[in-house]
Amino acid sequence: MAEKPLIQFRNVTKRFGDFTAIDNLTIDIFEREFFALLGPSGCGKTTMMRMLAGFETPTEGEIFLAGQDIVPVPPNQRAVNMMFQSYALFPHLSVWENIAFGLKREGMPKPEINARVEEMLRLTRLEKFARRRPHQISGGQRQRVALARSLAKAPKLLLLDEPLGALDRKLREETQFELMDIQEKTGTTFVIVTHDQEEAMTVASRVAVMDNGQVMQVATPADIYEAPNSVYVADFIGDVNLIEGKVSATGDGTFALHWRDGAEPLRVKSPTGFAEGQTAHLAIRPEKVTISAERPAEAANAVQGKVLDIAYLGNLSTYHVELPTGDIIKAQTANTRRISRRDYTWEDTVWLSWTATGGVLLAN
Amino acid sequence: MGRHRLAVLDGHWRRLVGELMRRFLLIAIPYIWLLALFLVPFVIVLKISLSDAAIARPPYFPQFDWAEGIRAFIAELDFENFLWLVEDDLYWKAYLSSLRIALTSTALTLIVGYPIAYGMARAPEEWRPTLMMLVILPFWTSFLIRVYAWKGILSNEGFLNQFLLWSGLASEPLQILNTTTAVYIGIVYTYLPFMILPIYAALERMDDSLIEAAEDLGCSRLSAFWLVTIPLSKGGIIAGCFLVFIPAMGEFVIPSLLGGSDTLMIGKVLWEEFFSNRDWPVASAVAVILLLILVVPIVLFQRNQQKEQESEE
Repeated sequence: MAEKPLIQFRNVTKRFGDFTAIDNLTIDIFEREFFALLGPSGCGKTTMMRMLAGFETPTEGEIFLAGQDIVPVPPNQRAVNMMFQSYALFPHLSVWENIAFGLKREGMPKPEINARVEEMLRLTRLEKFARRRPHQISGGQRQRVALARSLAKAPKLLLLDEPLGALDRKLREETQFELMDIQEKTGTTFVIVTHDQEEAMTVASRVAVMDNGQVMQVATPADIYEAPNSVYVADFIGDVNLIEGKVSATGDGTFALHWRDGAEPLRVKSPTGFAEGQTAHLAIRPEKVTISAERPAEAANAVQGKVLDIAYLGNLSTYHVELPTGDIIKAQTANTRRISRRDYTWEDTVWLSWTATGGVLLAN
Repeated sequence: MGRHRLAVLDGHWRRLVGELMRRFLLIAIPYIWLLALFLVPFVIVLKISLSDAAIARPPYFPQFDWAEGIRAFIAELDFENFLWLVEDDLYWKAYLSSLRIALTSTALTLIVGYPIAYGMARAPEEWRPTLMMLVILPFWTSFLIRVYAWKGILSNEGFLNQFLLWSGLASEPLQILNTTTAVYIGIVYTYLPFMILPIYAALERMDDSLIEAAEDLGCSRLSAFWLVTIPLSKGGIIAGCFLVFIPAMGEFVIPSLLGGSDTLMIGKVLWEEFFSNRDWPVASAVAVILLLILVVPIVLFQRNQQKEQESEE
């Protein structure tokens, strides 16, 4: 990752009437990054992308692209191209002409246009379809034409608005890897908008989780998952158990979480400090919780409960275990054995255990 | 066994015949319609155009007589009237003048209609049905009455001149009524909905993100309009132009009510031949030639519609 930020949002606010889509947002995106804006619909991620493309102007704040304030620059003069969610291919033009469209507007000489279009067709494996119209090719091919068209002008920044939303699951997975491949080959900075967390985690080098016009956390996919900074992020990404309680320090960066009267406090290691008696949440992923028939001897935390539900996902099974306190904790195991040899079933009494570093302690 | 198979075959056969009958009926209805309401009248008109004028009732000769037989009847027919159309320069001048007026007013209708259709397609969605209603509303009044109303607006003492004099834009009344200008105004006014509706239909189903994509790829607003909006509404433009051009070519009411004596249009000539001169054979010849002239744009129009439909699939 280069040091110099390619894009800088500085205290950007965007309001539509009374509605605040983006709320005083500051964020840096670096060169050659594959950056994902992830969030539920209405969180402001599309507005951010449209501001980068130039279709919306921020109400307040500045946006810099390679050091230049781009707020007053109209979309047709930005070194930014966008791949639209609907692909927005020109139906009256062939695949070839669609890809050449932007190059012709630049006034590029004909031989160079030919060479560039051929290169794009090769990159997206569309050579055979150059003469076809958009309605004569499949959805996956259209997606690649849209990508080729937006990459043809070699933009500094490529915006992708839910680029894989219209594809079926298998094709989507293949295309994710293709996108990463193309990003690497061309060295372009990609900003992708998606509501699909798996997609964001797969393709992006960094992910910004957004909610209500604010960025909740910006980090690598692994950090977002393993070290969320808030209950919102922990809950939004993947599956999580959230246990609320009051914290007391036990020294050496370890804290005790008093979560139920009479229950043994939970032991958690946390790099951040907490005030004595502060309310906090323990966020622990189901796969970090071990399920066993006997109480494990060495476990830092162990609770007993009854199997309430089993969600069988093929490769994994998630056990919903009800504790005597009424809380439900999810534990996930890999199905390394066939289902008939499963150790636990409904109504079985089991022990759940996890280490002190298995979960994270979150203040909010 | 063999009997069973025969029964099955028979069943197939019946179903096939049933299917064919059904298809035949389905196709037959529009064809019978066309035959009765277009082809038969056309053949009658064609026959009259090959006859001679006569002071009789009906005012032409020969009449078909079963006793004399078809051969004798056909021998009486000739192309005299068509030759007459070529010899007298009134007719070809009227055709040319109609063609010019129809072409010019089609262009004018397009110039007026396109921005209206564009505005409608861009208007907030909840307004569109109302705007559409306003375009169609004039059809609720008779076409003839509406053209008459324009006399009241355009005449020397009409509303337009009163307004111009009152506002000081003109010092004396402008002569608009009974000029070709009045005919243009009348045609543009009357046929505007036929131009607006197909263009609106084409623009309305256009995806807005196409314009954004064009701008994103380096187009200015104007070039995005030329390179994307215009080509994508081409089908609507062509349909609208034909829908205006075809009836305007044979227009008779507007030139006779608004155009006065100096506007020469073939529709008016046709009317005069029929009703003033009572020369049905010449009038029929004029009508046949007009139809032949219009066949070309009608066929082109049909082709355009077909192409539009295919590109939508």
